[in-house]
Formats: sequence, structure tokens, C-alpha cells
Amino acid sequence: MTPDVTTRDWSQVLSQIRSHRDQAAFADLFTHFAPRVKAFLLRSGASETLAEECMQEVMATVWQKAHLFDPSRAAASTWIFTIARNRKIDALRKQRQPQPEDLTWGPETEPDQTDVVILQQETEELGRALATLPEKQRDLIERAYFHDLSHSQIAEETGLPLGTIKSRIRLALDRLRHAMRQLDRPK
Amino acid sequence: MTTDISHHLTEPLLMAYSAGTLPEAFSLVVASHVSLCDECRARLGAYDAVGGAMLEDCGVASLGANAYAETLARIAERPEAPVPPPSADLATFPAPLRDYVGGDLDAVQWRAVGGGVKQAILPTSADASVRLLSIPGGAAMPDHGHRGAELTLVLQGAFHDEDGTFARGDVEVADEHLNHRPVAARGVPCICLAATDAPLRFSGLMPRLAQRFLRI
Repeated sequence: MTPDVTTRDWSQVLSQIRSHRDQAAFADLFTHFAPRVKAFLLRSGASETLAEECMQEVMATVWQKAHLFDPSRAAASTWIFTIARNRKIDALRKQRQPQPEDLTWGPETEPDQTDVVILQQETEELGRALATLPEKQRDLIERAYFHDLSHSQIAEETGLPLGTIKSRIRLALDRLRHAMRQLDRPK
Repeated sequence: MTTDISHHLTEPLLMAYSAGTLPEAFSLVVASHVSLCDECRARLGAYDAVGGAMLEDCGVASLGANAYAETLARIAERPEAPVPPPSADLATFPAPLRDYVGGDLDAVQWRAVGGGVKQAILPTSADASVRLLSIPGGAAMPDHGHRGAELTLVLQGAFHDEDGTFARGDVEVADEHLNHRPVAARGVPCICLAATDAPLRFSGLMPRLAQRFLRI
């Protein structure tokens, strides 16, 4: 395994898996993402056994669906997050998560490298923006994404009025969006 | 994809879909709209990117002793996923809705509910409900307010109410404050996908009876 795993370009690794069914690349990707996916599931309320099983299902799906990964549209972490989230809903809430229609491309076309690079830069910026969010805002976003709580459930858990929570999440996302200039779309 | 969509999903709906906290019925409307709307697909992508950044940053858990080998065994048991067919641009329904219906518009098992209006309730989790509605051109829906949220996506034809005109791909987000009376545009029947998390509140006795009958 490569020692500098945290600085690897995971979208490139996932593209290797997509294009060449590269098993060594999958082993590297697994080393990095499997412990994170499992932590995500544990923090969402899954038991140790369920989190382990779901993590394996998520990583198997990553391999199986790698041909759908488009690095010009999503970072590897984004794409794996959506698979983990869908699995979480399926396993913990016993619901389906209807998915938007996949945007397909012909087998011969390759993603635009400029788009890939821009998206990669934006993703890094987003990570930095998230890391520098004020503690209170970050905490609320974490609860929304990890703990499977609706806004009103967050209100119950934190004792904060619903309006405060919504505006705080909104403010946090505004800051994130500000950091992601390219992804920022006017309403 | 469809152009000229002028009514979009709200930020809270996109974020809740991304975080995975919406009832299944609402998720179906969100996924159907996003399938038709490149702008909301991009906005949803930004929320998913937040989720991805959180995943990168949420710490690590120790894995089972044979986690990697067991994952490879799971992969070996699975068939290779087929490359999906190109999106059926001629279909009336986007792919997520076709999954629930078991086909396109011609596969819907409609039930007449009076006044030429037809509906088909789709199976989802019980915390909210979602149905297809077919309203004859020029006809009005019964006057109704909401006790909860209602999310309506137009798939064919159009309707208008106090909030404007809604055509294919447009989505109307209504809460309990909107007491509206949608009227279908003349021409082909208006076909909508509508999710609600509480029974609609019709004003007047006949609509209330219809409400029990319609289960909306």
C-alpha cells in the first residue's frame, strides 16, 4: 500500500478501477475509504456488526458500479458518500432512496480533464472550508449528515429553536458555497 | 434534458435529500425532478460534496479482521453490473419514477376518482405518501390547504394557481400556508407526481368526502 494515502488523488484511483478493473487500485481505495465508511455508519447509529456488513456492501458496490463514476461530475469521496448514504437508508431505515437517472456516456468517451481538475480543486477548497467552520455550525452540519436527524429532531436534541438551527445550517452552507465559487449557482 | 424549468427545489429539500433524511415519498419527487433538471442536479451535487467532505473527515473505524477478503468474496458473488441503457428521452417519466410504476405512463394502473380525475398511489414507506394524478385539461383540483408539506412535480401538460404556471419539470413546494386551487391548462391531461406528509385539508363538505375517498 502507498504510504501517503491521505494525499492520493482518489478520483484518479477510482478512474483506474473504472477503466482497467485495477485490483491494486481497489485495495488502496479500500484501505482509505473502508474505515471512513464504517465510521460514518457507526456514527449514524449502526451496530458494530451492521456497520461492518454495510461497509463491505458499500465497498463491493463501489467496485461493481465503478463504470458509472464520472470524475468530471463528482469527487471520489462525494460518489462514495452517496453509495454509503443509500446503503444507510436501506439498512437503518428500511427504506429505498430513489436515485436520479444516471447521466450516461458512451463507452469510448472520456471525461473532460479540465472539468476533472476544476472539480478536484473545488473539493479541496470545500474540505478546507469545512475544516475552518465555526464549531457550532460544523456540529450542526455533522448532525444533519451523520445522525440521520431531521431539523426538528436536531432541535429536540440540542434544545435550540428550530429557526436558529435552520439559519445556522444555512449560514454554514452559505460559507461553504462561498468557498466553492464554481459550484455556487444563483437560485 | 428538459429546458425551460422555472420552478425548482428549495435548498432545505436538496440538503435533506442529500443527507438522506427525507421520507421515501419526497425523495421520489426530488429524484424525479433532478433527473429532468440540470440546475438542481448541480445544486444537489454541491450538497453531496459536503457529505463527501464529511466522510473524508469523520474519523476512521477499525475493520473486521478479514474485511478486505470478505468484501472481495461479496464482489465475486455479484454479477458485473450491466452498463445502463441510454436514458429514454422519449419517456414521459424519468427513470426513478419508472422504477416505482414498473414502466412509463402507459403502465400506470389508474383509478378514477370522479370528475375525470384519476390517481395511482405508489408504494413507499408510511411516513408520507406519493401519488400520480391525472387531471383533465381545463379542470380544477378541489380547493385545498395543507396540514403538512406538499411537493408536486408536473410530468405532462400544465397547471396554474396563485403561485404561477407549472409545466413539465416544474415542481411546486407548498406548505400549510398555501391554500391553493390548481387548474389544469387546456389540452392534454395534466399529469403530476405529488407527495404529501399529511392529509390535505379540503374546504367544503363534498371535497372532504372526496378526501376520504381519494386518501389525500
